[in-house]
Amino acid sequence: MSAAFIFEQLLNSLQLGVMLFVMAAGLTLVFGVMGLINLAHGSLYMVGAFFCAWVAGETGSFWIGLAAGLVAAAAAGAIIEMLVMRRLYDRDHLDQVLATFSLILIFNEGTRWVFGAQPLYLDIPEALATSVPLPGGGGYPLYRLVIIGFGVLTAVGLYLLISRTRLGMQIRAGESDREMIGALGVDINTLYTLVFAIGAMLAGLAGALVGALQSVEVGMGEPVLILAFVVIVIGGIGSIKGALIGAILVGLVDTLGRAFLHQLFALALPPAEANGYGAALASMSIYLLMAIVLAWRPKGLFPVNA
Amino acid sequence: MLEMRRETLLNAGIALLLLAVPLVAWAIDETYYITVASRVAILALAGVGLNLALGFGGMVSFGHAAFFGLGGYAAGVLSHHAFEGSAFMNWPLVIDGSDSTLTLWFAALLLSGVVAAIIGAISLRTTGVYFIMITLAFAQMIYYLAISLPTYNGEDGLPLYLRSNLPGLDLSNDLTFFFVCYALLLLAIFLSVRIVGSRFGAALECARQNENRLSTIGIAPYPVKLTAFVLSAMITGLAGALFVELNGFVSPSILSWHLSGEIMIFVILGGVGRFYGPIVGAALFIVLETVIGGYTERWQLFLGVILLGVVLFARGGVVGLLAGKARHD
Amino acid sequence: MTEPLLVLEGLHKSFGALRATDNVSLDLAPASIHALIGPNGAGKSTLIAQIAGSLKPTAGTVRLLGQDITALSVPKRAQLGLGRTFQVSSLAMAFSALRNVMLAVQARQHATFRFWHPVRGDRSLIDPAMAQLERVGLAERAHLPVTALSHGERRQLELAVALALEPKVLLLDEPMAGLGGEDSERMTEVLTGLRQDVAMLLVEHDMDAVFRLADRISVLVYGRVIASGSVEDIRASQEVRDAYLGE
Repeated sequence: MSAAFIFEQLLNSLQLGVMLFVMAAGLTLVFGVMGLINLAHGSLYMVGAFFCAWVAGETGSFWIGLAAGLVAAAAAGAIIEMLVMRRLYDRDHLDQVLATFSLILIFNEGTRWVFGAQPLYLDIPEALATSVPLPGGGGYPLYRLVIIGFGVLTAVGLYLLISRTRLGMQIRAGESDREMIGALGVDINTLYTLVFAIGAMLAGLAGALVGALQSVEVGMGEPVLILAFVVIVIGGIGSIKGALIGAILVGLVDTLGRAFLHQLFALALPPAEANGYGAALASMSIYLLMAIVLAWRPKGLFPVNA
Repeated sequence: MLEMRRETLLNAGIALLLLAVPLVAWAIDETYYITVASRVAILALAGVGLNLALGFGGMVSFGHAAFFGLGGYAAGVLSHHAFEGSAFMNWPLVIDGSDSTLTLWFAALLLSGVVAAIIGAISLRTTGVYFIMITLAFAQMIYYLAISLPTYNGEDGLPLYLRSNLPGLDLSNDLTFFFVCYALLLLAIFLSVRIVGSRFGAALECARQNENRLSTIGIAPYPVKLTAFVLSAMITGLAGALFVELNGFVSPSILSWHLSGEIMIFVILGGVGRFYGPIVGAALFIVLETVIGGYTERWQLFLGVILLGVVLFARGGVVGLLAGKARHD
Repeated sequence: MTEPLLVLEGLHKSFGALRATDNVSLDLAPASIHALIGPNGAGKSTLIAQIAGSLKPTAGTVRLLGQDITALSVPKRAQLGLGRTFQVSSLAMAFSALRNVMLAVQARQHATFRFWHPVRGDRSLIDPAMAQLERVGLAERAHLPVTALSHGERRQLELAVALALEPKVLLLDEPMAGLGGEDSERMTEVLTGLRQDVAMLLVEHDMDAVFRLADRISVLVYGRVIASGSVEDIRASQEVRDAYLGE
């Protein structure tokens, strides 16, 4: 096990972590401000990936595709907010789960209808399709580093948005008290649509960026959605800081678990079995992490007062 | 009183209708529909299990596929070993495979119950949206475990070649198999009625409405909810065992979170907290799948739209629509 | 002198820098009503919550019938004989009034984990429950769901539920709040009638009711007991007038 391999795995976990953060940030923002649990967040991720892949394929430019993906996800978000979500804010969580679960079915079939059943492929932009040498030997794909960069930019951008802008002030007010923002003279419907569209755009960003690393297919958002849930449960639902810490933790545990657990088992077991058990335990590791965190702090690491 | 009568009549109608379908199918030799009816009965049984936790206890479990799948795997793995003539386990206990139906059911109840006790013990420390997400996440954990463990073919699943042996009955006969599923379904509904009407049920329903109230009169909500959660999971686990026997196949797809959502849909479509609601919900689901699915592959799109409509505009589900408001006294 | 039923010793509760409860000590003698008065935000509800167990004090002890209950949960305390009513009614809303009380009777009998026998028609639950509803004057409304009861009736129901536990000590958080003249008169009568069976700690703003009911009064201001004594003592105290009665 070389230092370069370990370093590479650390970068991988960081890349997974920041993407989970971008996903989880939208989810937790919407929950924090509107009290809504949105299962269809993974569908918005899928919408971002599909539009990015489609437009990039038509225009030949990844960046135009990325912009299209962001716009499409934000627009889809704004539309479902106005048609469906705003009827759900005052409902209980069960209704929210079911309604947004229905949206997943609609989005999945709708996407299949529009784009066909075959996966799309999104190429990494040529300028980024190289490797950067790592200290200690070996290389690391530049594109993955760019993803990490996007994640960091998102974190900084959200921080500035929420702490420095007028919109951020309204968001913070909305988290503590719905009547209060009404009293501030803000149109609450517009604010909610805007917040939801921002969350959707973040999901679309994650989908488009990750879409270039894997195939763009129906249902691609669902495993990510569940990971994002694990992230915000660990971090404390409604807390963006919690989402950041949670995402990094989950990224580390998941990536390192997959990279190293089977080697750990190999110390005691024959290789075939070690691989099997290693893979099984690795796939469970983040859920075990979640269970441990919750047994210790039932409201996550950074509980938000409800 | 009138409302009460109406719901009782409706329930009897629902139960009889489900019984009539396979009989008619058998009479006119359309055996495919016997299997469809068995599917409805089994999925409804899973819903009856969830209804106990969700409808009466207010615990929105988004992970009941875990118990359905565990029940299925318990039955599937044991009968796989019986077919192979190998032991499931040699150490610390010797556990052989089994082709006895009762043993398989027992294994399904035991496994889903024990795992539910563990998952519930952790999850019930939390409430609200945390509980929803945690149950979902634990179910995913078991799903990935089933996929990554190579022993039972991982993602590809295990075929089962024979139905199990129930003394005095031939389960390989589809109609007999349906009757067994149907009997278990009605038994589970009867058990739910008794439990919900009992002292325990009163405490459970109070926990759903106002946990604080329950604590204040000196009943700790946690053990009440945990007990209901485990019972609920065991019923759903038994349904999983039947499902695997029906299909002759067990794979991780019966652990997927889509199935958790679907079990929830059976309960909601039929009416939350209605004893016979899950039958209506499961039947509607299967009818939609069969009828719309016959015209277009996109039937899930229509399912999504219908479900969205029910959630937004017809709370109380079909039984609520037909029988009026639930009585509480 | 008889042993007090409820003893608070040096109770402290801080939320950050705020001291919601500041070194409160208090005794509740058997067959007595001890009123706790004070301006809004004096920490009365916080104090009640610490006695009932829904809030843990930062320091100090709570003793019930001689037993230290500071570390016990809400249900455990209730089982030991501590009943309470809430400032804002907290009931099982979909149940009828009767079923709310029946559940308390069942809790009193420590018979919750019974899964088979239906509660409907169970005389061992219904009869004692009806008796409590009659005691508070709610028998005729027994079969209505809580949602159909008026505000005043819900307060009576809360009391009936608490009484069904046969508590030794009853914590009453503003039982008169929001009641009309007739209802509060009725409540005062009911509480007077209970005095011999249950010791009560009464938080109340209605000073007429307090002066009619209480044997002793403690005045809470900014989380501290600034005066404690008989009704006459408190009426006469200049400090209390300055701090609270505003005269």
